[in-house]
Amino acid sequence: MFDFGIVTNWIHTQLASVMSESLAIFLECVIIGVCLLLLYVVIAIIMIYMERKVCAAFQCRLGPTRVGPWGSIQVICDVFKMLTKEIITIRHSDRFLYNLAPYIVIIASVTAFACIPVSRGLEILDFNVGVLFFMAASSIGIIGILLAGWSSNSKFSLIGAMRSGAQMISYELSVGLSILTIVVLTDTMQFSEIVMRQADGWFIFKGHIPAVIAFIIYLIAGNAEVNRGPFDLPEAESELTAGYHTEYSGMHFGLFYVAEFVNLFIISSVAATIFLGGWMPLHIPGLDGFNAVMDAIPGFIWFFAKAFFIVWLLMWIKWTFPRLRIDQILTLEWKYLVPIGLVNLLLMVIVVVFKLHF
Amino acid sequence: MVGYIKGIFRGLGSLLTGMKVTFKEFFTRKITEQYPENRAVLKMHDRFCGELVMPDESKCIACGLCQMACPNSTIKITTEPVTDPETGKTRKRLVKYEYDLGSCMFCHLCVNACPHDAIRFSTEFEHAVFTRSKLVKILNKQ
Repeated sequence: MFDFGIVTNWIHTQLASVMSESLAIFLECVIIGVCLLLLYVVIAIIMIYMERKVCAAFQCRLGPTRVGPWGSIQVICDVFKMLTKEIITIRHSDRFLYNLAPYIVIIASVTAFACIPVSRGLEILDFNVGVLFFMAASSIGIIGILLAGWSSNSKFSLIGAMRSGAQMISYELSVGLSILTIVVLTDTMQFSEIVMRQADGWFIFKGHIPAVIAFIIYLIAGNAEVNRGPFDLPEAESELTAGYHTEYSGMHFGLFYVAEFVNLFIISSVAATIFLGGWMPLHIPGLDGFNAVMDAIPGFIWFFAKAFFIVWLLMWIKWTFPRLRIDQILTLEWKYLVPIGLVNLLLMVIVVVFKLHF
Repeated sequence: MVGYIKGIFRGLGSLLTGMKVTFKEFFTRKITEQYPENRAVLKMHDRFCGELVMPDESKCIACGLCQMACPNSTIKITTEPVTDPETGKTRKRLVKYEYDLGSCMFCHLCVNACPHDAIRFSTEFEHAVFTRSKLVKILNKQ
């Protein structure tokens, strides 16, 4: 597997040879920031296009076909349309918080996005409590949503934001428990290290029964975490017009929209990283020829293939099930997912202590 | 406790049933018609009501039942009496069958009223014209 660390180290030594160490690091931070934001936007555009196409396919339609071949330029045109639209200021709103809210959401999303190891040596934020940092960073988004609902001075926004708060804080627990289950198996919280431990088999195979249960719980809770699928009642169109971003227009709305889609990608890519081996190729012990072929495929292709496969799974769920009521959502979390998650954690501890895993 | 565990598996089962349905739908042929491109091969449904036509005007006996059945006065029939030279009986003959597409609501009452199946609805649907008067069509040729 090609180590991108060689490339980044080479860039660092080249830069350090012409300027001071601190200036080189500063310059690298700027370059990485720009690359990160570019990747963020590209992923958002791909996700929106994929959402429209996959949704159409599930509803027996074709989706966008007119703008560009197979409608591929449609989303890019939509982005430019969104950029040119006016940002309307609401008269009786809390002006400062109203303008701040979308940026908090997007900052939380970008920070969580930076934690994901794309390929070997292509990790941006990678340290020994990476999982914890990821959980913390992704939870900041709730504040942005609550602020958006509160500062808009609208009933619909506020109800949407309150629902969202209740839902996201509850489901954070299940996400945490299912990730903890894997942390018990790996005894590390560093994302790159978690991926490295899966060289001889992905955790969903190594951890067998508890890992599969944790994977399912993670998918359900992750879907609820990003306010999508059957859990999209913070923005229930039929009841709340658009939920917490009802009063937003132009690019401020666009930021919420983009953050929602990239959050879905982040949830999927973390699922791919901790359960399906991230950028690690599929290795079957004993079949050396097969393993060599799998190794020839670059790591980032493995990563994106797995991440988009899980995105597709979540879209499948979204376009199949009807929306849940708020009490049903909280019942599902507190009476089903949390107890099952706790028992599952215990099961994983037993599996690890008695070395029952592969 | 038993009910709780049973409930989980029953719930999962019903969810999987739903997902099976949409999974099949994902791979079925899409029903979207890409209209201007597929004009050559586009086939409308048989029961689609495009406009009223009279395929065989010798079937029409000019009885006027369709005109009376029409709620919008879309159909206007002009007749003339003719005398049969053999029997000497007088009967009506169709002179002009006017059909105003602009006021038709495609209710099929005229087609149902026709005792000889002289009129029916075709699946032709490209009706756009520049003036209203062009929507008034004369169905009989002679």
